Amino acid sequence: MSTAPVKFYQVGSFAVGNRLLPPDQNSIQSDSERTNALTSGHRACQGCGEALGARYALDAAMRASNGKMIAVNATGCLEVFSTPYPESSWRIAWLHSLFGNAPAVATGVAAALKAKGRTDIRVVSQGGDGATVDIGFGVLSGMFERNDDVLYICYDNEAYMNTGVQRSGATPPAARTSTTQAVGPEPGNVFGQGKNLPRIAMAHEIPYVATATVADLRDLEAKVTRAMEFRGARYLHVLVPCPLGWGSASCDTVRIARLATQSGLFPVFEAERGEVVSSTPIRQRVGVEEYLKLQARYGHLFSPKRRDDIIDHLQANADRNIARYNLINADTKNADLPEKGVL
Amino acid sequence: MFQVRIHGRGGQGVVTAAELIAQAAFDEGRHAQAFPSFGSERTGAPVVAFARISDEEIRVREPIMAPDAIIVQDETLLGAIDVFNGLTPSGYVLINSTKTLADFGLKQADAPMDRFITVPATQLALEHLGRPVPNAVLLGAFAALTKVVSIDSVNKAITQRFSSKLAAGNCAAASAAYEFVQSKLKESTHA
Amino acid sequence: MLRQVEGSKAVADAVACCRPEVICAYPISPQTHIVEGLSRLVKAGDLKNCEFVNVESEFAAMSVAIGASATGARTYTATASQGLLFMVEAVFNASGLGLPIVMTVANRAIGGPINIWNDHSDSMSQRDSGWIQLYAETNQEAADLHVQAFRIAEELSLPVMVCMDGFILTHASEQVDIPEQEQVDAFLPPYSPRQVLNPDEPVSIGAMVGPEAFMEVRYMAHAKTLLALEKIPQVAKDFEKVFHRDSGGLVRPYHCEDAETVVIALGSVLGTIKDVVDELREKGTSIGVLGIITFRPFPFEAVRNALKNAKRVVVVEKAFSIGIGGIVSENVKGSISEQKTPIYTVIAGLGGRPITKTSLHALFHQAFNDSLEPLTFLDLDQDLVEREIIREGSK
Repeated sequence: MSTAPVKFYQVGSFAVGNRLLPPDQNSIQSDSERTNALTSGHRACQGCGEALGARYALDAAMRASNGKMIAVNATGCLEVFSTPYPESSWRIAWLHSLFGNAPAVATGVAAALKAKGRTDIRVVSQGGDGATVDIGFGVLSGMFERNDDVLYICYDNEAYMNTGVQRSGATPPAARTSTTQAVGPEPGNVFGQGKNLPRIAMAHEIPYVATATVADLRDLEAKVTRAMEFRGARYLHVLVPCPLGWGSASCDTVRIARLATQSGLFPVFEAERGEVVSSTPIRQRVGVEEYLKLQARYGHLFSPKRRDDIIDHLQANADRNIARYNLINADTKNADLPEKGVL
Repeated sequence: MFQVRIHGRGGQGVVTAAELIAQAAFDEGRHAQAFPSFGSERTGAPVVAFARISDEEIRVREPIMAPDAIIVQDETLLGAIDVFNGLTPSGYVLINSTKTLADFGLKQADAPMDRFITVPATQLALEHLGRPVPNAVLLGAFAALTKVVSIDSVNKAITQRFSSKLAAGNCAAASAAYEFVQSKLKESTHA
Repeated sequence: MLRQVEGSKAVADAVACCRPEVICAYPISPQTHIVEGLSRLVKAGDLKNCEFVNVESEFAAMSVAIGASATGARTYTATASQGLLFMVEAVFNASGLGLPIVMTVANRAIGGPINIWNDHSDSMSQRDSGWIQLYAETNQEAADLHVQAFRIAEELSLPVMVCMDGFILTHASEQVDIPEQEQVDAFLPPYSPRQVLNPDEPVSIGAMVGPEAFMEVRYMAHAKTLLALEKIPQVAKDFEKVFHRDSGGLVRPYHCEDAETVVIALGSVLGTIKDVVDELREKGTSIGVLGIITFRPFPFEAVRNALKNAKRVVVVEKAFSIGIGGIVSENVKGSISEQKTPIYTVIAGLGGRPITKTSLHALFHQAFNDSLEPLTFLDLDQDLVEREIIREGSK
């Protein structure tokens, strides 16, 4: 009796998730033996992108290091909601020192491990955009320059969230924050040149730099895993929507992150020693408006009256990213955006 | 306690000179303290360094206001600052120069020949070391003039401090300066 | 081994003998020679199993130290003046986290205006940071205190600041008995951390403590620091057994038992004061000097004991609390608050102004006559400041 293989069209698609994938393609999160580095019971907001991203990233780092990892955390939401003394959500060796020093503290951890001949234990340092892009910038650059053996992960929710949504160096143009309010002739954050940490990291020529979001679990896990294959300074920049600060629905966190990538506003790519080596093409392109309209921090662009001048400016930024990182390929749907307002 | 003050300009090894005196005294089993006048680092600026030698532990830390010996490594300082300030009545003065004391306007009465001496240390350094660095050279002269440390201790300190090539040259120059001062002193006693 | 050596080099060699595992420091005058000396030892392979990290700021230095110490490494850094201030957030963090870091502070004035010379304003500004503070009188004591500091720090799980006068000690060459490796090994066991970052036994270090627990946590830090008052003399005694000399401890009285006048000071100026005291005693004056070696925690009882027969106290200090007066003298007052002994505060040597025997003689004579103001500034140009005050007033 001959057998003819039956093609199950749903296998390998997002529709069935992990069940029918080959085991080596299962996500780390699907593994019941995963570390669950950030366990439940912490005090994050409903829909917190950072809590999601941190758990994904650290579970991947623990897998990649065979459970031999020490994490250093900057002050911020992640640290505050996870360690209300005497309790902790962390199931890993974890150290929090100050706001502006997570990279330097991690340098110290790595130096100690090296002195003790224990470079089998890996070091991950993490912080929000404020800690990374502003107050910790100097020490981060020092860590890069010395090529200290640390993976630094920035969870970027584009403002100082824990202290009340103040503007940081990572706040995008036009976004409303408590210190760039939606009032006056130029509401929201200014249109500066931004502070592109991934590109700054690349300028330091460190072994590995990548961006990711919480919308694509496997991509984030793969990037952490890839980063852990290198020794030396590595940088991962993860977009993590914040429902409170962004004024979005807590159920929209993953969706908003995906729209950020599909609009081109947040390019997803990898770089090694200062050169981009891969970028993730947009699957289904959307105009920036699709992304903006889900967030009250951009509400002033639509009401009381539309600010097409600002929306167009943001679209131009997205277009620039798309060109710069080659985010459109032959498979991209809607590569040429339709007329505005027709979506 | 014997107190020495050394004047020079930044880059001339004034601090090293003070430390070498201290090292020489230490090697002879005595207590010694050497320290600079703590200016900001600047080549060419007037600098001062101090050395104290004693048989007892030296506890005092103030700058030396009443030196028993003054060494002037750079004669251009003589017009610029009061290098002789505080010199004790029977104190020694050693000036790096090819000039005579009279050329500096120093009268015999104020500058007796058995205690005030000029030594062409830079010339000796060029001759024996190939470099115009007079600091270690002057210490040979200092040993002869004050007898507070021996030339052997000075040379030993030099050898410990510098690489073998530099040490050899400096020792030769220091010994030459020692001989120079010794013969000058003999002249003064015969005069 | 007895050597004629620059203070910084003596300290570097002593620290190296302590087998530090991580050294992380940023250059600042007058600490530079210490760190240069250590970097050379590491680079040449003389100091093994030690990572020397060239950090990009003092804030980075203390932060790297925090990470290293929390990972169980014996950690050392050094700074002075502006550098100490730049790392203050991390200084408090280190003591709050109970990390036994040892740091040299090469005492230097704090600006503005900028001044690179010696006084105690830097370490005094951190007297409430929760660090143990020790002050060296000589370069011998500076070297010795570092060796003792690692033991004190690790046994208490608290960081220790070893203060030595910038330039006056760091850049002075004098006779020092440099500790031998075998002696230090006999005295200082390997670091065994009270808590450590270890993937095999994970803990969270640095949690957020709310109002419900913060007071107790901070009280415990206070209680732990007070234990140093017992620990420090004990360590100094153990040190003497191994190294055969008296170094460290809480205070060092010199002819205080019967002295009518007791002078109090910290650091290198004690040497100069001792010479003056001897000269005065030779003339029959009843005077002694009390050196305070441990300033934090403040050794109230030891100071009280030393002053029990004093009729007057003269505190010579190299820093002051602006708008108020002395810092050390306030603490001394706390020691003898029940007595009515007059305390004269003399602010001296700010920004490296030399403290001379001549001036001290004059000062002490005023004290003997009780003609000193409660607060004076030694060798202050009175005329100049009076003119300036008038000029300020007339603006």
